[in-house]
Amino acid sequence: MNTVLLVGAGGVLGALARFAVGSWVPDRQRDTLVVNVLGSLALGALTAGLAEDATLLTVFGTGFCGAFTTFSSFAVETVALYESGARREAVVNAALNLVGALAAVGLGGWLATGLA
Amino acid sequence: MSETEGRSSASGDEGEAKEAGARRAGEADEAPTRRSHALERLEPILLVAVGGFTGAVCRHAVSVALPGGFPWGTLAVNVAGSFALGVLLFEAKLADRLSAETRLVLGTGFLSSFTTYSTFAVQTAALSPTLAVANVAANYALGFAAVLAGRAVVRSLANPEVAR
Repeated sequence: MNTVLLVGAGGVLGALARFAVGSWVPDRQRDTLVVNVLGSLALGALTAGLAEDATLLTVFGTGFCGAFTTFSSFAVETVALYESGARREAVVNAALNLVGALAAVGLGGWLATGLA
Repeated sequence: MSETEGRSSASGDEGEAKEAGARRAGEADEAPTRRSHALERLEPILLVAVGGFTGAVCRHAVSVALPGGFPWGTLAVNVAGSFALGVLLFEAKLADRLSAETRLVLGTGFLSSFTTYSTFAVQTAALSPTLAVANVAANYALGFAAVLAGRAVVRSLANPEVAR
């Protein structure tokens, strides 16, 4: 199947899932942290072998996980926090996203290899 | 991240109150039929879906166009997307000419799907320690700078005399 359609279909699902998390978690920094950590966990598992099929990796990895997680919202929210005077919270938010996402990638990889 | 994407916590309360007021006024004016009500509820979902499709496809196209050992493609989409979302956020604060629908399709749909944190994290984890630090520093520093550049652009367009 066409790669563009596969990536796009995953992108639709990822964007809608992120939109849904955004309406369930009202706090804007926290909902971005939640999608970024969950999406990194999933992508860590997929790239570590959970998705043996290239098509699955295209739909759920590039499409879904890529669209579910977001860097632009993270950057805008962190800068807005810093500029509003909440500098400590801005630094904590930047660190939490990084540490959380990297730990999630490791955990996802560990789970995928453990299950395989 | 919700609804208008870029609306920060600083300006959010005021904007949401305004929008809620407008919604109530709209409901009082005309009793909507069940069909138009359903379409109204479906509209944000369609806007996010269209933006999400386009954003993911464009991100994929950039990563295919910029191959190599270092994840340049992810860096490029994250910096470009942060600049554009910075423009959207500060446009809402300083000029407020775009509709809520435009912000939803461009911000929550396109730009949030175009940029990615999970791919950034997975690629960082796969790099050598030195390159991993460089990748994080580049995405963070350039991404934050891009948001501020977006604000500068909106400021100069909204208040040309101040910028001059």
